[in-house]
Amino acid sequence: MTAAFPFPAIVPAVPELMLAIGGVILLMVGAFRGDRVAPVINGLAIALLILVAITVLYLPPGTLTTFGGSFVVDDFARFLKVVALLSSAVAIAMSTDYFAAVNHEPFEYPVLIILSTLGMLMLVSANDLIALYLGLELMSLALYVLAAFHRVSARSSEAGLKYFVLGALSSGMYLYGASLVYGFTGTVSFDGIAHATLQTSGIGLIFGLVFIFAGFCFKISAVPFHMWTPDVYEGAPTPVTAFFSAAPKVAGMGMVMRGAIDAFPNVVDQWQQILVFVAIASMALGSFAAIGQRNFKRLMAYSAIAHMGFALVGLAAGTEEGVRGVLVYITIYVTMTLGAFAAITAMRRDGRIVEDVADLAGLARTSPAMAFWLAMLMFSLAGIPPLAGFFAKFYVFLAAIKAGLYTLAVIGVLTSVVGAYYYLAVVKVMYFDEPAKPLEKMAYELKIVLTVAAALNILFFLYPGPLLESAALAAKSLFE
Amino acid sequence: MYQAIVFLPLLGAILAGIIALAGARARHSGYIDMHGHDDYGAAHAHGGGASHGDAAVAHAAHDDHAAHEPAAAGSRAAELITSTLLVVPAILSWIAFFQVGFGGQEARIPVLPWIHSGDLVIDWSLRIDSLTAVMLVVVTTVSALVHIYSIGYMHEDPNRPRFMGYLSLFTFAMLMLVTADDLVQLFFGWEGVGLASYLLIGFWYQRPSANAAAIKAFVVNRIGDFGFGLGIFAVFAATGAVNFDTVFSQAPALVGKTMHFLSWEIDTLTVICLLLFMGAMGKSAQFLLHTWLPDAMEGPTPVSALIHAATMVTAGVFMVARLSPLFELSPTALTVVTFIGATTAFFAATVGLVQNDIKRVIAYSTCSQLGYMFVAMGVGAYSVGMFHLFTHAFFKALLFLGSGSVIMAMHHEQDMRHMGGLKNRIPVTYWMMVIGTLALTGFPLTAGYFSKDAIIEAAYAGKNSMAIYGFVMTVVAAGLTSFYSWRLIFMTFHGEPHDREHYEHAHESPLVVTVPLGILAVGALAAGFVFKDYFAGHGVEHFFREALKFADGNHVLEEMHHTPALIAWMPTVMMVLGFLVAYQFYIRRPDIPVEFARQHDVLYRFLLNKWYFDEIYDVLIVRPSLWLGRLFWKGGDGRVIDGLGPDGVSARVIDITRSAMRLQTGYLYHYAFAMLIGLAAFVTWFTFAGQH
Repeated sequence: MTAAFPFPAIVPAVPELMLAIGGVILLMVGAFRGDRVAPVINGLAIALLILVAITVLYLPPGTLTTFGGSFVVDDFARFLKVVALLSSAVAIAMSTDYFAAVNHEPFEYPVLIILSTLGMLMLVSANDLIALYLGLELMSLALYVLAAFHRVSARSSEAGLKYFVLGALSSGMYLYGASLVYGFTGTVSFDGIAHATLQTSGIGLIFGLVFIFAGFCFKISAVPFHMWTPDVYEGAPTPVTAFFSAAPKVAGMGMVMRGAIDAFPNVVDQWQQILVFVAIASMALGSFAAIGQRNFKRLMAYSAIAHMGFALVGLAAGTEEGVRGVLVYITIYVTMTLGAFAAITAMRRDGRIVEDVADLAGLARTSPAMAFWLAMLMFSLAGIPPLAGFFAKFYVFLAAIKAGLYTLAVIGVLTSVVGAYYYLAVVKVMYFDEPAKPLEKMAYELKIVLTVAAALNILFFLYPGPLLESAALAAKSLFE
Repeated sequence: MYQAIVFLPLLGAILAGIIALAGARARHSGYIDMHGHDDYGAAHAHGGGASHGDAAVAHAAHDDHAAHEPAAAGSRAAELITSTLLVVPAILSWIAFFQVGFGGQEARIPVLPWIHSGDLVIDWSLRIDSLTAVMLVVVTTVSALVHIYSIGYMHEDPNRPRFMGYLSLFTFAMLMLVTADDLVQLFFGWEGVGLASYLLIGFWYQRPSANAAAIKAFVVNRIGDFGFGLGIFAVFAATGAVNFDTVFSQAPALVGKTMHFLSWEIDTLTVICLLLFMGAMGKSAQFLLHTWLPDAMEGPTPVSALIHAATMVTAGVFMVARLSPLFELSPTALTVVTFIGATTAFFAATVGLVQNDIKRVIAYSTCSQLGYMFVAMGVGAYSVGMFHLFTHAFFKALLFLGSGSVIMAMHHEQDMRHMGGLKNRIPVTYWMMVIGTLALTGFPLTAGYFSKDAIIEAAYAGKNSMAIYGFVMTVVAAGLTSFYSWRLIFMTFHGEPHDREHYEHAHESPLVVTVPLGILAVGALAAGFVFKDYFAGHGVEHFFREALKFADGNHVLEEMHHTPALIAWMPTVMMVLGFLVAYQFYIRRPDIPVEFARQHDVLYRFLLNKWYFDEIYDVLIVRPSLWLGRLFWKGGDGRVIDGLGPDGVSARVIDITRSAMRLQTGYLYHYAFAMLIGLAAFVTWFTFAGQH
């Protein structure tokens, strides 16, 4: 006799379980041993994340579902999980030097990242509205804490508080939307919603859709739900900002894609309109507002907004090719942003942290290697061929054009021209301005991140196969 | 041999160029005082003759190449290389001259295929006939002598390798011009000499006046070249070829045909000839396009001798002679040529009467003599025009180089009013100048006597409607020429020295200067007597053969020998008259000219200001052009293109950026408000518009 609620198959969720248990163990170790063991916990956390990433790759092939269909592991989820895990690992590696410099090496930092990453994994595997909300909140709560992590700093606390309040607002929007959708379709499962909207889609459902997408857009900092981004990026400690700019964006994009494609395949017209507007607004605002920024982190915040806009161009196409473009885009974006933040994290002069673009003046003469790699990343962010950033844009615009979204593609290209200005301005400051006092030497792990990230961007065009193919597989699985 | 003649100067130019570049690089670190020239010029602008409007201009034109810098390394090597590489072609040219002219060994030497595009086929080849041979002799001989002369004249200048390189480059371009076998190659050489002329006039580029003169020469020539270019296009349109042989053979078929030009139907050959002649007018500084030549005297004196007297400015004459098969078929064009030539001869001579700068007097004299040559061309006496070109090269180069020697002796003083009595200080130069003057004024048995008198007789015998105008003008100009030439001699060499200090320091020039003078003097005396038969007598047909074309009805060479004795003696009478007046004015009664100028103030000013051509052009052309240019620059490019384009866009971007940043207030409730507004906007959209 079978129980009404059979014990769920746990194999698909093994990575999440490992991460949850590992995170708790590390927390315990830290709690009992204190901050002294922070370096050890850092190392272990990185090892754990990498181990989990490998586990994800070695899950049984094909699409696995469990927990009553609310948790799904397909190629799409695997792809995004690996990217998110690896970027979290890199984010932890990038933090050690920074926290050593501010004489504050808390063991909670890697643990929080692990918990947040756990939320991301659940998010990209979520297959109903409730599971999605669980993952979203798990991820976000850790992020709120991380934003305010430097608690003696007013700016950091302010950032955390702003993020929390607005995040709560966005969660409320999401939940309101979810309840509307549930009310009109009678189900929270994505498959069920898709099925229920096959015949009818009333205005009430569209309202629900709008509210849900508002919640999504907040997480990926798309206009007009982006307002928190510059303040949080600037206020949070730099390694936290680096983390913010990478893994949560990956998970957020995954969430939007799965929600749009799996839950609302029959109201494409509607969410396409939302995404087109949001993409245009994000690209434009990100590109224009970044020009006025002096603070490098704030500049990267607007850069992130713009890049999310570019990525959404691919999704707005609503096709498999578009999804592939977004996956490629987000992966390349993660390498670019982590590399750039490696350089920003290393910006210290006389033991003080400096964050302005002007502080890079004449870097080409004081530390030519750093200047060169950073310049390459800036070119890549601007989308200059043959660097990876160009191909990232190329695939999303291509998808948009094939889907007939010419206006969107043209606006995207134009705003990327505007955006090129501030990336090139950074290069100009480094190469043509009179040298300022030299920055301190980069820590070796930051140097590695910077160099590897830049090298990946430079050499991507030689061997793009693996990324393009796995992204294609992932996109395919989403549409099955 | 012909390749050697043409390409050795190019080799010299390249080598000198390399030396100049290497020297410039070596010196770049220790670069000092590039403004020395300016200071020197300013110090010399003493206020004498302040009553004359252009006195300051004349003073600024001093040849002042005082050495503030050490000479470039390798200067001597560059001088020796370039001079040697021109002496050899000069000798070869004389051999060629006799071979071609008397031995009849004409040649076409292919060099390279150049442009093959559809019907347009242009091959680079050297056309060697008597006309070319004459020009080769003139160009290489004068050029070689000028190169040698420059060693002495420029010995204080720090940039000698560059100078020698330019001279050789010019010579190469000129040789390309005279050996051209088609119109395009002719044009190549034409532009090449224009470039070299520009570079050499502006050789002392630290001096604003030299730069202005160089630009003026270039721009004025551009006007002529525009016509020349159109002429070449018209030839191609009419005959489908630019090669001389093809064009000439097809030309007779074009007689009487018309072509559409500027909405008129005009006789094809007349259009072609007049357009081509426009180019000649620019290059040969003919009336209306002459203004650049006097200003070109800003260049070093050897340049004036080589380019602006003996060779480049005669390119227009050469072109008309070369294209005689075309011009011969268009009586209208020939009439125009006569008119322009005669007008120039008279106009330039009148202006020359009152100039005070020694080089400018000779420059206007050159202009006037070129007018003579065109009169000869216009009445169909091509060989006579070439004869005058040939002899003129000798005596005008002699006069220029002689004046250079005077200028050196006077420490770069060029105003004749500050000279005087130099006869005893620099006797060699004096006698050379006298020989040059005798030849220029047409003293019996000198070179000018034969060639100039021949032109005047030809003009008398000429048939076209302007021939008699040409005759009158050239006769009057002969008298004027005599006057201003002797005025120059008297003011410079006779009388009391006007500048004691310079006078005391005046010294004779070294051998590298005086020897070329001597050689040119021999030419100035003998060239006419020796060659008169081949250019103006019965040997013409034998000497030039196919190189010049005389139409069937053209018997001017025959008829000019049957002019009445009175006419034949006219120029000589005018010459003597001019001399006597000059003698009276400047030796016996030096107070007369001053009095005369005061009485005829209007006329004097009119002449002194060169008929106000520069002023008229300034008002009619230069200022409107500048105004238009400024309108396009400030209004068109600046306000419209930049304003609506790059500048406007970037300004709008900044505006948008500013407002985008203003949205980011930092207040939480603003942020929440923005989110809710966005949400509300979406909801509204779908309520009213998005719902299908």
